[in-house]
Amino acid sequence: MGGELATAGPAVRISHLRVKRGRRLVLPDLSLEIPRGQVVGLLGPSGGGKTTLMRGIVGVQIVAGGTVEVLGRPAGAPDLRAKVGYMTQAPSVYADLTVTENLVYFGALLGVAKGRVAEVIDQVGLAGQAGDKIANLSGGQRSRASLAAALLGRPELLVADEPTVGLDPVLRASLWQLFRELAAQGATLLVSSHVMDEATRCDRLVLLHQGRVLADATPAGLLASTGAVSAEEAFLTLERQAPQTGPGQTGGAP
Amino acid sequence: MSPVRTFATARRVLTQLRHDPRSIAMVMVVPCVVLGIVAWMFNATPMVIDRFGPMLLAIFPAFVMFLVTSVTMLRERTSGTLERLMTLPLAKADFLVGYALAFALLAAVQAVVLTAWAHWVCGMDVSGSLAGLMAIAVLDAVLGSSLGLAASSVARTEFQAVQMLPVVVVPQLLICGLLMPRDQMPTLLQWLSDAAPFTYALEATGDLAAGRGWADAAPDAAMVAGFVVLSAILGVVTLRRRTP
Repeated sequence: MGGELATAGPAVRISHLRVKRGRRLVLPDLSLEIPRGQVVGLLGPSGGGKTTLMRGIVGVQIVAGGTVEVLGRPAGAPDLRAKVGYMTQAPSVYADLTVTENLVYFGALLGVAKGRVAEVIDQVGLAGQAGDKIANLSGGQRSRASLAAALLGRPELLVADEPTVGLDPVLRASLWQLFRELAAQGATLLVSSHVMDEATRCDRLVLLHQGRVLADATPAGLLASTGAVSAEEAFLTLERQAPQTGPGQTGGAP
Repeated sequence: MSPVRTFATARRVLTQLRHDPRSIAMVMVVPCVVLGIVAWMFNATPMVIDRFGPMLLAIFPAFVMFLVTSVTMLRERTSGTLERLMTLPLAKADFLVGYALAFALLAAVQAVVLTAWAHWVCGMDVSGSLAGLMAIAVLDAVLGSSLGLAASSVARTEFQAVQMLPVVVVPQLLICGLLMPRDQMPTLLQWLSDAAPFTYALEATGDLAAGRGWADAAPDAAMVAGFVVLSAILGVVTLRRRTP
């Protein structure tokens, strides 16, 4: 599977990434490594830079500086496109097509085998809606269709932006179980969430606040180092300790 | 580029159209209604439809296809599907050519329907070949959709994309010779008119309608085809995988 892609080393290596959106410096200077074969939770309040970081990793974000390496290649390199799955926050599927029609198209671009479409539909629990137009599905069903599209190519790295938003607890649990299975098969997953109780399901947590990494640790390590009893409490503790970006300060390198 | 991915894209766009029969009907019917109104207004003087009919055949399919293409690309942006596609192994040329193929098919049907309507229902008589006129109308419609693709690639935001219609199409309508003979325009506008794709679309149909034959129409048709290729290249070059 690897081809000329690196098979050792971290799945993602980011150093001194700097991203501006408009006049706002969303990521002032971010460095981070994401180990392979793990489910890494990207947590933090909205506006903290989670989506921007993910867009940088899949290679659709214009960056102002720094480097992002994915599987040993620069992010967005053509040979990465079949290896990295991206599930955007808003479901990015064609609303006027059925679930199956959407997946058949994305599957054709990835060159996957015919049976794969039915497989991913099953994985996300949409077998009953396979023939329905996306426009007629509920919000949670749409986002699962979008996730199915990201799973089609059996990506080595799956980047999922808030995949569990709007899902009931049962579905949420089954998606996390799916993520665990994928990691067990060797895939790396970067999953963002602003629901802190999902943190316990990850191998590793990255807390992002105002474009800075507040913490990068295992859930147990995070609790131990902050003396907190929950990820939420740990985050609040860290946020209080973090140097605040005052008004008028555009946030240079720390 | 990969033919598999190009055709997969064309097939996907056609499937979307098939799910929306009302839009297809409007693409076919609206130009016919407008042409019908013109014919009706000047019922007493049939030379009006004979003269303006071919002009409308040149402009309408191009205008409508530009609009349809821009709106479709706009939806592709706002739904986030364009961003997804840009993370997938799909060449930008595959994407745009796939779209162009699907819309060319729609455009061809539209142009044929409109020409047939103009001749057999509205009583438009031309001295030249009706089939040739149809062929040019199809080419003009393809021009409209490839200009639409290029314009929406150049646009960086949805708001810019919407404004491409007044920016790209309306000035061309003014100076292409539809409203005023080109040789009566100020010199500067004549030069701009020389650079406008619609000018050649109009001249090609004008030549054929006047019975001047292919020898006169062919260079203009070639110019239109050239603009199709040029705008396709522009679309591929300006479409960006990375966005702000």
